[in-house]
Amino acid sequence: MKDNALIAVRNLKKHYNSGAVKALDGINTDIHRGEVVVVIGPSGSGKSTFLRSLNLLELPTSGQITFEGTDIAAPHVNINKHRQKMGMVFQHFNLFPNMTVLKNMTAAPIKLKKMPKAQAEKMARDLLERVGLGDRADSYPDQLSGGQKQRVAIVRALCMEPDVLLFDEPTSALDPEMVGEVLDVMKSLAKDGMTMVVVTHEMGFAREVASRVIFMADGVILEEGTPDEIFDHPKNERLQGFLSKIL
Amino acid sequence: MSEWFADIKAEFILNFIDGDRWKNITGGLLNTILITIVAAVIGVVLGMIVAAIRTTYDKNKESLARSNKVVYVIMSFLNAVCKIYLAIFRGTPVVVQLLIMFFIVFASATNGVGVAMLAFGINSGAYVAEIFRGGIMSIDNGQFEAGRSLGFNYIQTMMIIVMPQVIKSILPTLLNEFIALLKETSVAGYVGITDLTRGGNIIRGVTFSPFMPLIAVALIYLIMVLLLTYLVGRIERRLKKNER
Repeated sequence: MKDNALIAVRNLKKHYNSGAVKALDGINTDIHRGEVVVVIGPSGSGKSTFLRSLNLLELPTSGQITFEGTDIAAPHVNINKHRQKMGMVFQHFNLFPNMTVLKNMTAAPIKLKKMPKAQAEKMARDLLERVGLGDRADSYPDQLSGGQKQRVAIVRALCMEPDVLLFDEPTSALDPEMVGEVLDVMKSLAKDGMTMVVVTHEMGFAREVASRVIFMADGVILEEGTPDEIFDHPKNERLQGFLSKIL
Repeated sequence: MSEWFADIKAEFILNFIDGDRWKNITGGLLNTILITIVAAVIGVVLGMIVAAIRTTYDKNKESLARSNKVVYVIMSFLNAVCKIYLAIFRGTPVVVQLLIMFFIVFASATNGVGVAMLAFGINSGAYVAEIFRGGIMSIDNGQFEAGRSLGFNYIQTMMIIVMPQVIKSILPTLLNEFIALLKETSVAGYVGITDLTRGGNIIRGVTFSPFMPLIAVALIYLIMVLLLTYLVGRIERRLKKNER
């Protein structure tokens, strides 16, 4: 068997108002196991829409998203099964406020994977320990700082043992002093070989951790390559303009 | 002074003791309470069903239109039915609805109290539906998305993640709806049901002494409402405490 892409995106389009607005206008890319793909681009470029299309939180207008051999963008696919293998981390954390940290993490594996409660809690506690929140298992989300919430959100996604993690601007809602602690967790995940797709404005993270950087604008991929190619030798004019504004 | 007391005493005996007239009040009170409780139960069940249809349709129409045309058509139809129900029952006075139910829809029914329970329940359901729908809509969409992204289906996301938060946030509003319902049932006399209000009014009609029976009726309503209000306050405080 040859090395198939974990996620293969083909001609992905997302149009609003029957085509008047083209949030995504033909995206093609492959995401391989172990890759850390960072998506950058100006606001309104469609990078978040692209990421949210990968687990169908946004329904594509047309195109294919082949995840582990199944076109999940096709109608009649049981998307819930596939989402269990695609973790997602949101800009605003989206922890469940009425549940403790531990319950936030164990609800899905217990209910969906029929994991025994003790085993799920053991896994959750180990993961919390790993991100430095071992003493926070019984706290409620409101009692945590932004950085702590986002670390919990990351390990909550990990509790489903996903094959890929999608990050939608995970540090954009954080106070500056808390960005580092979240990026550190993401870096350690990348080091462990987790496949990640990250939409972010953290260029330092992209340069250091990404195996590939995708630059999007106006709903299309204008340039992609290694961090070195993108940041030090950008070819596309829009990319050059974008980088000159933010670096 | 003693003359005044004697007058009061005579009035009291005339209105409540003579001919066992107090039974008008207690019998009426029992009917008021029965109608309110059954109507509240009907209202909550009906309201939850309507709210479930409306929010499920609103949140899933895009994906249903893509993947399951038949379900989509059924849901569109049910959603339209719910909208019509809400418009009619929130757009007309409850007295009129009661009269229509009693003299047109169930013209041959002999159980007036049962018809009243149904009429008030269907009316209350329209308001309860909007309370539930408002509660569901007030939950940040990120909660739905987080649930769905973990692999929960729509119903699991609703039941495990969203509804516990909704119920907590709407409970005080819901109880206030029951208080309003209790007072609204006072129009049941329009169709000849002896509820608390009509019980008092019957006494007035017999004794031609309006003060005591009507004030007694008002006081009983007030006491029940104050009790319920106190309950709402306690529940609200307890919910706030659990926030942390």
